[in-house]
Amino acid sequence: MSKLFNVSSSPHVRSSETTRSIMMDVAIAMLPATAYGVFQFGLHALLVLIVTILACVLSEYVYEKGMKKPITISDFSAVVTGMILALNMPATIPLWIPALGGVFAIIVVKQLYGGLGQNFMNPALAARCFLLISFAGKMSSFTLDGWSGATPLAAMRNGETMDLASMFIGKIPGTIGEVSVIALLIGAAYLVVRKVISLRIPLTYIITTAVFIFIFGNHDPYYVACEVCGGGLIFGAFFMATDYVTSPVTPAGQYVFGVVLGLLTGIFRLWGASAEGVSYAIILSNLLVPVIEKATLPAAFGRESESGWAKMFAKKEGK
Amino acid sequence: MNKYVERLYNGIWKENPIFVQMLGLCPTLAVTTSAINGVGMGLSSTAVLVCANLLISALRHLIPDRVRLPGEIVVVASLVTIVDMLMEGFLPSLYSALGIYIPLIVVNCIILGRAESFAMKNTPILSAFDGLGMGLGFTIALGLIGACREVLGAGTVFGIQVTPSSFQPISIFILAPGAFFVLSMLTALQNKLKAPCATNGSADKEEKENFGCTGNCMTCAEHKTEGEGK
Repeated sequence: MSKLFNVSSSPHVRSSETTRSIMMDVAIAMLPATAYGVFQFGLHALLVLIVTILACVLSEYVYEKGMKKPITISDFSAVVTGMILALNMPATIPLWIPALGGVFAIIVVKQLYGGLGQNFMNPALAARCFLLISFAGKMSSFTLDGWSGATPLAAMRNGETMDLASMFIGKIPGTIGEVSVIALLIGAAYLVVRKVISLRIPLTYIITTAVFIFIFGNHDPYYVACEVCGGGLIFGAFFMATDYVTSPVTPAGQYVFGVVLGLLTGIFRLWGASAEGVSYAIILSNLLVPVIEKATLPAAFGRESESGWAKMFAKKEGK
Repeated sequence: MNKYVERLYNGIWKENPIFVQMLGLCPTLAVTTSAINGVGMGLSSTAVLVCANLLISALRHLIPDRVRLPGEIVVVASLVTIVDMLMEGFLPSLYSALGIYIPLIVVNCIILGRAESFAMKNTPILSAFDGLGMGLGFTIALGLIGACREVLGAGTVFGIQVTPSSFQPISIFILAPGAFFVLSMLTALQNKLKAPCATNGSADKEEKENFGCTGNCMTCAEHKTEGEGK
């Protein structure tokens, strides 16, 4: 038998990764934090999770059916959005609030802009901010073991000192998914090992926040460590800031993105009205991504390596 | 269609200043926190629009072309001052709710836009009807946006409770982001209803002729000159 040579146009090297496999990896990576949240906050947390995911998947299905578009619920992106949104809720929330949030995330933030890959902002976080503004009381009442208390960040703002070890394990009040740093880090390690995310954005983000708080807030390293472990910083840095659609694709841009995120989070935490600012920092930085990408565009092979910024200014002057 | 009625139809539906022309968005987004504020703003603008169009059209041969913008502004500003004082005297609660946006009617782009594009080129009565149509279109749009925001954000319409007491108001709708949500949704709805060809591009020639406009007036040569008088 003669050997057949297959002639085809590029690309010749293909990856076996699909949207579905990546989204599955993200969902798996969030499982430790989810399990810890359900273990700590009880069955109602599980209900919140199920309702949010169902709301997301159903609204994606209904919208795409109604608009006669291909149904994309099997790519798991709606499930991931639902999981992130649910993990950002306090466990005692009435169930209709996460359901409303899921519908808002998928229909308004994702589908109206054209579906997966077209949304300009992280859908889960936009929905979370929508709910936070609308139902401020219900969205920020946290209880732990039937005892309602301030989150570590709010307590630290009032001058209390926190126990770093319990914050690391997660024995603190907070949203379902953000409390346990160790569970989140296990998930993050899985994502890094599977090469779903790179460490550029999360590390730049966390380091910038820590340095900012060290310089402008409190010069005590223990305090800074508590700030890093408290609130949604770890969860946000590894799982939400690294969203492919709403983060820069250029490596240099990813560092810039991380620094912007860190600065905004630091500013919001130190001088904002609320003790936490990760959600707002991420959705605001999402809006800057097109500018960051334009500025950090690498030079094409063989061209002079003119930096993106220089190009941008040259263009402006040319006009 | 009678040309006066056509002006009203044009202002209210076909070239609605909010949903189609996207003019005057500053008061639209700022004052529509309740239906009554929206309608109040709309009606005061309507009063100014009708009188401004009538006066400017009557004066159009007297105003030298080179100073027509200051001329128009003087007329509009005088009318707004009258409305401002009347409202302060007779509707103090609405006046305080609308605040700075009443004097700002002077720089509302709808008013200057109609004066410049219609009143300067048409007869006074027709211009007054154009102003009335645009004003009513503005009022209806503001009233609708205000009503939607009020229902969702406070559970009331014109101050009357319409939702069951178990309904939890979604307070973002009476804050600034809610104005954008409601405006965009209503614009999409109006686009969908106005002409099939405006949103899906699949309408055939006959349908296009029936509906007059393809919706994309910027690229459509025959409608580009519309509003400049026939």
